[in-house]
Amino acid sequence: MILKGRVIQEGFARGEVVKFDEKLIVLGDINPKDGTVKDIPVKGKILVFPRGAGSTVGSYTIYGLRYYDNAPAGMILEEAETIVAAGAIIAEIPTVDMVDISQIKNGDFVVINNGTVEIISSRPHTP
Amino acid sequence: MHLTKEEEHILDGKLGEGYARMMKILVKIGEIYGAEKLIPIKSAQISGVSYNTIGEYGLHFLRSLKGVKVSVPTTLNPLGFDSEHLSEMSVDEKFYKKQMEIIKAYLDMGIKPTATCTPYYYDNIPSFGDHIAWAESSAVIYANSIIGARTNREGAITALASAVIGKTPLYGLHLNENRHATHIIRTDFELKPVDFPLLGIHIGKIIDSGIPYFRIKGTQDDLKLLGAALAASGSIAMYHVENITPEWQNALIDKVEIINVGREDIEEHSDTVDGELYAIGCPHASPSELRIIAEFLKDKKIKKDAKLWIFTSKSVKREHQELVKIIENAGGVVFADTCVVVSNAGKIFSKIVTTSGKAKVYLQKKKFGGAKVIVVDIHTLLRSVVE
Repeated sequence: MILKGRVIQEGFARGEVVKFDEKLIVLGDINPKDGTVKDIPVKGKILVFPRGAGSTVGSYTIYGLRYYDNAPAGMILEEAETIVAAGAIIAEIPTVDMVDISQIKNGDFVVINNGTVEIISSRPHTP
Repeated sequence: MHLTKEEEHILDGKLGEGYARMMKILVKIGEIYGAEKLIPIKSAQISGVSYNTIGEYGLHFLRSLKGVKVSVPTTLNPLGFDSEHLSEMSVDEKFYKKQMEIIKAYLDMGIKPTATCTPYYYDNIPSFGDHIAWAESSAVIYANSIIGARTNREGAITALASAVIGKTPLYGLHLNENRHATHIIRTDFELKPVDFPLLGIHIGKIIDSGIPYFRIKGTQDDLKLLGAALAASGSIAMYHVENITPEWQNALIDKVEIINVGREDIEEHSDTVDGELYAIGCPHASPSELRIIAEFLKDKKIKKDAKLWIFTSKSVKREHQELVKIIENAGGVVFADTCVVVSNAGKIFSKIVTTSGKAKVYLQKKKFGGAKVIVVDIHTLLRSVVE
């Protein structure tokens, strides 16, 4: 399945989805030093969440993921506001928004190619 | 979004990588919010100054912009300490060194060596109708509401990008039609000075990001405390006060919601105003607040077991040295460049009395030390801190 969105930071990325259903408080939920979001590792993954919130200094936190070599391969959002958009650009993380993220599940394997997201394989529902 | 030839050139890297990145941020934010173009700004105010919040990586990013300069007058938010009063604030050596490296990175970009959340008193004074790109939330709401300048609530990075490019995307509060009131606040009681910050906390929780319209009477200092609390407890960037703020006459155009507030909604129930720290100056103290403090403290002494800390800008301090002297003679300390929220004050003291609703919103949080915070008016605070 191919989903279309809007390019925030251009680029190509592929990886396994780590998805959060609620908005992320960027300065607080993301720990750049150990590369986790709410204690879940995101390095090299495709980070999917609806939107960012909280202190506007949070753009630096996203840059911090890159600085500590813990950046996700890409990000997919419903709506990128100022904090996440500026963070994605300075951290150079391929990022696309205005995507219907309800189609994407935790553990899916997806490919971001600028403004498109292709779901290559869905995670099987058996444990 | 429509870009001029010159803007396209910058985006394509004709001025170098740093400028291209800054332009790209403005263009993307403009696209996200549906701006049709970029407009010139008169000044910028930048957050993301304390090493506590931007860390090693923030410093790395600022250094990576090597060679990039700001193109409009730009001021900085307060930092983690006042370098003339290090011992009072338990600043360790590493933090000091890193903080100074961040400041140097900003100064290398041509930013003014002043760190204040109230640049509008001396250092960076907008006029009515000026387009600006400011990031400090209490300064944003002051500039929009009391001065009638135009700024969105910028982020650390977007304010920096605007400072460098000298422009901001045309959307939000830069457009007249987005500056109308969304809510009328009906207060059925006469406001005392302490009610302004408390009302701000209350309304910020209720309407989060609208534009409230008040029918109240107060001084500019009262309104500064109201606005800072609105912006800290909610994401409010502008308000109107009937007969006082410059745009109130055009404020009631759209359909508005009415919110009734009684005194019992905002009143604090604290029987004592005993604290370890008594703090004034969040946002940084104005010349008139400094004068009230100095006039009260003439021939008086601060209680032995209490501390009176006043926070203001370097410029206010420099321009009113005689007032500073009176406060210091009474046993108070006047800090510049830092504040009760971004310094270690919240971690040093567990009971803080202040005039600021904004300080209360932050200092009660665990991350800032989780102190017990009592909000009182400036006269009550001063009466409680002297022998």
